[in-house]
Amino acid sequence: MKFLALIWSNLKRKKLRTALTLLSIFIAFLLFGLLCTIKESFTGGVTMAGADRLITRHKVSLIMSLPEAHRVKIERINGVAYAVPFVWFNGIYQDKPENFFATIPTDPEAFLKMYPEYTLPEAEKKAWLETRSGAIVGRTLADRFQWKVGDRIPLMSPIWPHTGDTAWEFDIVGIFDGTKKSADTSGMYMRYDYLDEGRARGDGEVGWYGVQIADPDRATEVAAAIDKEFENSPYETKTEPEGAFMQGFAQQIGDMGTILTAILSSVFFTILLVAGNTMAQTVRERTEEIGVLKAMGFTNELVLALVLAESSVIAMVGGFAGLAAAWLIAAGGSPVPGMLPIFYFAPHYVALGVALVFALGFVAGILPALQAMRLQIAVALRRNA
Amino acid sequence: MMNWLSQIVSVSLFSLRTIPARKGAAITTAIGIAGVVAVFVGVLSIAEGFRAAMTVSGPQDVAIVLRAGADSEMTSGLTREETRLIADAPGIARTPEGAPFTSSELFVMVNLPKRSTGTDANVPMRGVGKEAMAVRSDFKILEGRNIELGKNEVIAGIGAARSFAGLDVGKKIHIGMIDWEVVGIFSGGGGSAESEIWTDSAVLQPAYNRQEGFQSVYAKLISPQDIDQFRGALESNPQLKVKAMLQSEWLSEQSTMLTGFIQGIGYFITGLMALGALFGALNTMYSAVAARTREIATLRALGFGASPIVLSVMFESLVLSLAGGAAGAAAAYFTLNGYQASTINWQSFSQIAFAFTVTPALLANAILWAAVIGVLGGLFPAIRAARLPIATALREI
Repeated sequence: MKFLALIWSNLKRKKLRTALTLLSIFIAFLLFGLLCTIKESFTGGVTMAGADRLITRHKVSLIMSLPEAHRVKIERINGVAYAVPFVWFNGIYQDKPENFFATIPTDPEAFLKMYPEYTLPEAEKKAWLETRSGAIVGRTLADRFQWKVGDRIPLMSPIWPHTGDTAWEFDIVGIFDGTKKSADTSGMYMRYDYLDEGRARGDGEVGWYGVQIADPDRATEVAAAIDKEFENSPYETKTEPEGAFMQGFAQQIGDMGTILTAILSSVFFTILLVAGNTMAQTVRERTEEIGVLKAMGFTNELVLALVLAESSVIAMVGGFAGLAAAWLIAAGGSPVPGMLPIFYFAPHYVALGVALVFALGFVAGILPALQAMRLQIAVALRRNA
Repeated sequence: MMNWLSQIVSVSLFSLRTIPARKGAAITTAIGIAGVVAVFVGVLSIAEGFRAAMTVSGPQDVAIVLRAGADSEMTSGLTREETRLIADAPGIARTPEGAPFTSSELFVMVNLPKRSTGTDANVPMRGVGKEAMAVRSDFKILEGRNIELGKNEVIAGIGAARSFAGLDVGKKIHIGMIDWEVVGIFSGGGGSAESEIWTDSAVLQPAYNRQEGFQSVYAKLISPQDIDQFRGALESNPQLKVKAMLQSEWLSEQSTMLTGFIQGIGYFITGLMALGALFGALNTMYSAVAARTREIATLRALGFGASPIVLSVMFESLVLSLAGGAAGAAAAYFTLNGYQASTINWQSFSQIAFAFTVTPALLANAILWAAVIGVLGGLFPAIRAARLPIATALREI
C-alpha cells in the first residue's frame, strides 16, 4: 500500500499523457460493451429458451400455416403436456412500418402457463381471460409508446385483414415484465379466438405451436413422435427444442456475429498497441529514476511490480469507466427496438470485460516492466548523463 | 513569402527525417489509424454490398403491383381476375401481336441450408410464367438452361446458388414432398431476384395450396415515365384494390431498414474508434514535440518562424496518419472486397445474398477520416511546440 503514492505521482507527472491514454482505453471498453450488447440481442433468445419446450412448425417453412386441429393431435402424443398455438400477426401501428414490434395471437391461459418467465399481475391475468379483444404488452413496448392499461390500440395487419378491411382494435388489459433481463418484453400478445373470429380469411390457420413436454430428457424422442404423426400429410411438421429453433433464427442473421467479433478484435488490437506504447515510453523516460530506485535498494521484483501496477491502474480506471458507461447506455434501452428488442449488457460479457481489463493492464505493462527489472543500475544512471 | 515556404519545407523534411528515431511511437500511431480505417471500410462495405444487392442496376421500366396495404410480396395476394385487369392497364409495353408484357408471380419461402454453416435459412422461391424473363430485360441464364413449364424444375439466382447448399445445376433439392431439379443459374431479374429460386408458377401453386391466385404482378412499361399513368389507372379502378410502383423504388424501400441499421452501427463504431485513435495520435505527437523540444528551440533561435514549426508538426502527423490510413484501407480492400455473405432482410423476412463491396467513394472517405485525425492529432502539439519560450526550451534537457 505504501507504494500507492509512488504510483500515483508517476501517473500525475505527465497528466496529459495519462489522461489521453485513459480516454483511449475508456473508449475501447465502451465499444466492447456496446458491441457485446448488440451481439447478445442477436443471439439472446437462445439463452432464455426452456429445455422442456418444443416448437412445432410447418416443415417447408415458418411462413406456412398449420391447421388448428393439430393442437388436439399433438396433445394426444405420449410425453406432451399441452400445446399452445401462435400466429404471426405482423401488426402495423399508425400505418408506419418503423413502428414495428412483434404482435402474436395465442391462447392466454396456456401461454401464461408455458412461459412463467413473463410475469403479469393476477388481476390483469384475469382481465385478459375475460376480455376477448384484450391484449397484453411487454414493459419495453409499453414504455416505447407510452401505453397504459385501458388504452385501445388500432392495428392493421397485412397478413390477416380484418373483416371489412377495417383496423383491428385491441384493449390493453395488462403489462407484463420478465423475470430475467434476457426476457423479451418488446412484444404484444393477443387472443387467438379473437383473431379467428375477426379475420377475413384463413380461419383455423395457426402459425406454429409451442409444445410443453413433461420430461426434458425425452425432448428429442417426443419431437420425433410429433413429426411422425403428421408425416405424409399436407401439413408435415418440423419439431425442435425451443433453443434450437431460436438458434436457427439467430443464424438467419448470418455472419453478423463473426463480423462483430472481427471488429472487436481489431479495436482491441489497436488500443492495446496504443496503451502498450505509452507505457513503454513512460518507462523509457524514467530509466534514470529507476536506476536511482534500484541503487536505493529496491529489488528487481519490486520494480517489476511497480511498473505493472502502474499499467494496471491505468487499465482499470479507463476500462472500468468504459464498461460502466456501456452498462448505463444499455440500461437506457434499445435505440432500435424494432430490430434489437433485447438490449442489455449480459453478465457473462461484463465478466469477460473485467477479465480483459486485467489482461490489458498486464500485457501493456509486462514488456516495459521486464525492461525496467533487467536494467543495470550503472547503465541506468549513466544513460542520460 | 518564398522564405516562409522554404522554411516550411525544410522544417517539415527535417521532422520527417527524425521519424526513424521515434519509430515505435510513430508506427503505433499509424497502426491505430489503420485500425480505424479498416473497421470503417469493413463495416460500411457490408452496407454498400447489401444495397448493391437490393438495387436494380438493370431495367428501370419494370413496375410491380401488390395488394393495397401489403408491405411485402409475402403479405400480398391477387386473384387471377385481378391480374387480368392489371394487364389491361395503360402504359404497359406490348408485343407486336398486342400481348402485354406482364408476369403474374407467386412468392413463397422455403428452407435450405446455408453452404457456410449448414443451418437452415429462409430462401425466397418465386413462381413465374414464361413472360417473367421477357419483362425483365436484364435476365440471363449463366449456366445450364431455363426452366421448362409444367415440370418440377428450378433455376437459381447467382447469389442464392453461392449461398445455399444444393443449388448446383443437375442436383435435386427436396422441398416439402416434392423433388425439384436445378436446371440453371441466372443473373439479373432486378436486385434481390439473384437471391431467389425460380420455378413455374403453375407447378408451385398446387404444391403450396395457392391455387386461388398470385401475389404480385410485374409489368414492363413503355417507359419509366408511364408509371404515373399506370398507377393512376389501377388505383382509380373500382374493381381493384392494389398499389403499383417502380421496382427500383420498391426495392430501395425494402432495404432501407437494414442498410440504415448497418450504416448507423458503422458510423457509430468508427466514430468512437476514431476518437480513440485521435487520443493515440495526440499522445504520439505530444511526445514527439516533447522529445524535440531542444531541436525546435534551436530552429527558432536560428530564425525559423512559429508558423513553419506548427505546420511541420501537423505535416508529420498527417503523413503518419495517411500512411496508416492507406495501409488500413488496403488491408480492408484486399481481405473484404467481394467477401460473400448472406443475411436476413427484416422487411421481407427472406435471405439476401450479397458480397462486401468496397467502393472507391468508401476508400476516399476513409482516407479523409485518416487525414482529419492526423490534422487534429498534430494541431494541439504543434501549437504547444510553437509557443515554447526559446530560452527555457534551450535549457531543457
